Order: sequence, then structure tokens, then C-alpha cells
Amino acid sequence: MNSIIQLEHIDKIYHTGEVDVHAVRDVSMQIGKGEFVAIMGASGSGKSTMMNILGCLDRPTRGKYLLDGVDVSQLDRDELASIRNQKIGFVFQGFNLLSRTSALENVELPMMYTRTNMRSHEQRERAVKALEIVGLVERAGHHPNQLSGGQQQRVAIARALVNQPAMLLADEPTGNLDTQTSIEIMGVFQKLNDEGITIIMVTHELDIASYTKRNIIMRDGRIVSDTAVANRLSAVEELRKLREAQQAVQLAS
Amino acid sequence: MKIFATLKVAARALKRNKMRTILTMLGMIIGVGAVIAMVSIGNGAKSQVEAQIASLGQNVILIFSGSFTRGGVHSGWGGAGTLSVEDALAIEREVPGVTLISPELRSGSQVASGNQNWSTTILGEGQDYLDIRQWPLVQGSMFGEQDVRGANKVAIIGKTISKQLFPDGNVLGQILRIKNVPFVIVGELVPKGLSLQGVDQDDIVLVPYTSAMKRLFGATMLRGITVQAKSASALDDVQNEIIDLLRQRHRIQPKREDDFTVKTQQEIAEAATATSKVMTALLAAIASVSLLVGGIGIMNIMLVSVTERTREIGIRMAVGAHGRDIRLQFLIEAITMSVIGGVIGIVLGVLISKFLAMHNNWPTLTSPLSILVAFLFSAAVGIVFGFYPAHKASQLDPIDALRYE
Ligand SMILES: Nc1ncnc2c1ncn2[C@@H]1O[C@H](COP(=O)(O)OP(=O)(O)OP(=O)(O)O)[C@@H](O)[C@H]1O
Ligand SMILES: [Mg+2]
Repeated sequence: MNSIIQLEHIDKIYHTGEVDVHAVRDVSMQIGKGEFVAIMGASGSGKSTMMNILGCLDRPTRGKYLLDGVDVSQLDRDELASIRNQKIGFVFQGFNLLSRTSALENVELPMMYTRTNMRSHEQRERAVKALEIVGLVERAGHHPNQLSGGQQQRVAIARALVNQPAMLLADEPTGNLDTQTSIEIMGVFQKLNDEGITIIMVTHELDIASYTKRNIIMRDGRIVSDTAVANRLSAVEELRKLREAQQAVQLAS
Repeated sequence: MKIFATLKVAARALKRNKMRTILTMLGMIIGVGAVIAMVSIGNGAKSQVEAQIASLGQNVILIFSGSFTRGGVHSGWGGAGTLSVEDALAIEREVPGVTLISPELRSGSQVASGNQNWSTTILGEGQDYLDIRQWPLVQGSMFGEQDVRGANKVAIIGKTISKQLFPDGNVLGQILRIKNVPFVIVGELVPKGLSLQGVDQDDIVLVPYTSAMKRLFGATMLRGITVQAKSASALDDVQNEIIDLLRQRHRIQPKREDDFTVKTQQEIAEAATATSKVMTALLAAIASVSLLVGGIGIMNIMLVSVTERTREIGIRMAVGAHGRDIRLQFLIEAITMSVIGGVIGIVLGVLISKFLAMHNNWPTLTSPLSILVAFLFSAAVGIVFGFYPAHKASQLDPIDALRYE
């Protein structure tokens, strides 16, 4: 298998005042192209820190990170920015949308910093397509403060997808969503993954993790478990079941 | 990065804080407006001075009684005078390159016609005076050599005199009593209006210098002599020869100072425009200070803006913005403010100088060059004062910026 991510003895230490926080300790792992990974663990176990390093937003204190065979630690700020723009779609734990800016323009944002020439109508088409994928076209003109948490989450996902990245990183993409919306998002992810995009996501929920192909569990900055998912759920299946159940309830009443 | 998209982002950011943007631009508006208005006033004064000097005539040399080369006015000025009619005649005779010459006396006096009185300036001149000054007549003709030789009682009057004493416009052949001596009016001068110092140049009566000496003031010495040289290149030679001749005639020992002053038109022009240039520079310098303050205002607001929008910067960087993209974005915001403020300031400055010219009779002159310079300068203010905040924004670390509360 061709690995897209290769971590070798990664450490991340935060120096805050007197105590050093060792957020990630000696993590080594590989993730192949086309994998769908869930990272789980208690709050404060270092998941977001890991994601930031994987997303080239933050640099490890020690260790080597090869992304697509390139040693990321050798790259400068601007080269990292270009990688974030081109190869990585990042969905933040707190959405991080631009306020007072429409959903559509939020989705268009990464294309503003793409160094290939793209006509503005072409950008618009791509942004609309990304919003279609997450099922939010009819809200394209709304500002984030006019959208529900789940809708904001989906705008953030659309933004992450708009530059057709090879890898999607999502930090708790279903953290604020009800069951059905969560499964819908998982459906989107599974579809994208079927199309070949590598997906790594953080989640607290075991059932959500079972839509992925591989589960990694972290504790105190270390990987303590790394297993393939045995009984993988299909979002399409689960949604159908959910709908049948709802119909049954309605018929019964 | 797309420049048009960046402009849109800048416009939106500026619109979001309308009041703040307007107040910041106000600093630029006042600064640029002040510079434009001040420079216009200075330039207007300068062109006025130049026009006035040009109205002296062409290739003119002025000789004054007395010396004011050393610490102000020296002997003879305004008093008895040190130049005689013979000096003037000698210059005419002995200095080659002198084409026209006019001895001059000047004194204030009362003039009257019928029962009307008027206080004015009497100018005693030679017959060539108006040719030297290139000052035409509206009607009548200049007195001639005959009149000068005979100290005839003839006068040329300025517009103000004719307006005050002869409202019906009929002046030729009328009697004008100067110090109760009756003079026949033979001509009326083309009006020149106010001088830069606010002196009415048309409030004047011109008589032969001989008449002024014998019939009016009982003077024996001249106030000055106006000379025209045959060409601009002859000016310096003529000037030197006049100095040599007068020193000789006045028996001034070597190393002693002249008791007269000889100035070419150029020297007078240079002295006069030098003053107005200093004035323009001074006004512009004072106004530039307000422009500087405007620039500091922009820097201040941009620093606030960068801090307020740290998260936005983090988001933009997270999705791929390079440092220079962020820098450009904030620079464009600063430049937009300074340039819009500058343009409004230019309009305001032009309006102010037009207003001054119209209502206060201040001459103003707004040159296209000063407008262009003001425009470029306001853009430069945006770049200079916007650079530090923009650079600061571009150096933020994406992850720190995203965590910023
Ligand atoms: N900027 C920072 N400075 C100092 N310490 C930090 C910083 N960011 C995270 N930490 C610490 O690093 C550890 C790991 O944090 P991290 O955000 O990766 O946890 P997490 O697994 O994502 O938790 P959660 O599930 O609550 O999001 C925590 O102890 C946290 O306090
Ligand atoms: Mg986290």
C-alpha cells in the first residue's frame, strides 16, 4: 500500500509558563492512500494537536513527518501554506468560518489563494458543487450566524473539499450534530472516500467511528490502539433503516 | 492571489467599520486638503509677484537714490535723494546699450477738479516712461519731449482718478489741479488693478519730471531713474557701466559704499520670488505635518484592525494564504483609505483655494503637478504607514492566530 502519511517519533511539547505540556509523545504511524481513519481518545489526549500537525498547521517539536513522501519539516511557511491549499482539506473543531461572509464566499476562500488562474465563475461553480455535496446549496447566501451548528459544520466541510484535496482532515465533524445529520455527514465522507480521498477524522463517538475503516485510540499523547474496523457500517444502509423506523413510528401512532 | 478579489475584501472590511474608516480618512482629507490649499496660495502669490515684475517692462534697470545694500535703508532714501537730472542725462549720453531712460520723482499729493478732492500719488517721469513700462493708454497720448523740456503742465491719469473725479468719462482736455496748480489732462492709463501688496496701481497721476520738480515740489534731486537696456544680454554690462559712471560722478572713493542702488529686473524678480518660494515651502511644510498625522492615524487604525482580525488572518492562512497575501490585503486597505482620503482632500483643497481666490481676493494657483504630487504622496502615505501593520499581520503564525480570542 502507498502511504500518504508517515510519522516517525513525533513529539509535540507546549511550553506554557512553568510546566511543559507533552501533548503528543513519540508517535509513529503510517496512513495509506484511500484510508478512512478515526482517531479517538479522551479529551486532552492530543487528538487536535495531532490533527494540526498532520494538517501542516503546526510543526512537531521532534520527529519526522513525510507527506506524500515529502519531508514537511524541511518546508518554509509559504510552502506549507501551498500544501494546505492544494493537498489538504481541514475541518476545524470550531468550524472557523469567516463571520459576516456568506456560506458561498466562505467556501470560495481557499480558491482565492490558489496560484492557478481560475475564472471567477469557475470558482463559483466549484463552490456551489462543494455545497451540493454537503447538501447546503439553498443556504449559499446565508452568513454563518444565520446557520445552525450543523449547517456551519457542513459549510466548513464544503470549504475543505473545494480544492479537491487528496486528504481530508476533520476534527470532530459530527461533534454538534444529531444522529441523523451525523450519519448523513458520514455518508458524504464514505462517498468521498470511495472516490479515493484519504480521510482522517477525530471523534468521540464509537458508532461514528465504525463508519470508518480504521480506528486509532490515543491516550496522553500516545497511540494505544490501532485496529481495522471489523463490522463497518454503511451510511446509506443506516439512513434507510432510520427512515423505516421513523415511518414505523408514524404508522403506529 | 487575485487583486480584484483582494480589493473586494478590502472594501468590505472598510465598509464594516464605516465610522472608523471615515474618521481615519478625515485625517488624510485634512492633510492633503491643507497641502493643496497652502501650495495653491503660495503659487498664486509667486505668480502674482512674477506678473508684477514682468509689468516693469523688458530689460529694465532700476536706479534708486540711496543704498539699501547694507542693513536696510541708507542715506538719501525718500529724503533729498542723491541722483540728479544730470546723472540721468549722463547715463543716457555715456552708457552704450541704454535705449530708453526716465528720471523719476514720486510724492503723495492732493488733486482736485471742480469741487472734488482726491489724495493720490504724483509720479514725475520722462517721456519714455510708458514705453519702458509697456503701459498703454486707453485714450489720449503720452506727453512728449517738448513738454518735458518746457516743464509743461500736462498730466496722464490712472483709472481710479478718472473714476473719482470725472465720473462721466470725459477726461481729455480737462483741468486737474495738483497742489492748486492747474494741469491739462492729455491721457488716461490702461487699468492695472491691485498690486500684490494691495496697492491700487491705478491711483496715480503722471506728469513730466521737470514739471514735478519746478511746479509742484520744488525738488532738485530725483528719487530714481528707470533705464531700459537694448537686450537681456546687455543688462549686466549696462548695470556695471552705470555703477562706474555714477561712482565717478558722485566722487565716491574706492572701497566706500555707493550712495545709490542699481538693480536689474532679474535681481528684483529673484529677490521677490525667493520670498514667495520660502513662503510656499513654509506653508507646505506646516500642512505636511497634518498629512503626517493623517498617516499615523492610518497606521493606528490598521494596527487595531490587524489585532481585531487575528482569527480571520489565521483562517486565511489555514486555507493557504501566504504571508505576502495577507500583507497585500492589509496594505491595500491602508492604501484605499489614504488614496480615497487623498482624492477627497485634493477636491477640498482646490475648493478652498477657489473660495479664497473668489471671496478674499487672494491669488491662488493650483497646478496639475501639485495635484499629481498630492495624489502620489497620499498613496505613499498609505504604503509607508500601512506597511508595518500589514507586515505584522503577515508574520502571524496560523495556529496561534486561530487560537486568538
Ligand atoms: N496552545 C497550547 N498551549 C498549551 N497547551 C496546549 C495547547 N494546545 C493544547 N494544549 C494541551 O495539549 C493537550 C492536548 O490538547 P488537544 O487539544 O490536542 O486535546 P484533544 O484530544 O483534542 O481534546 P478534545 O477532545 O477536548 O478536543 C491538552 O492537555 C491541552 O491542554
Ligand atoms: Mg480537540
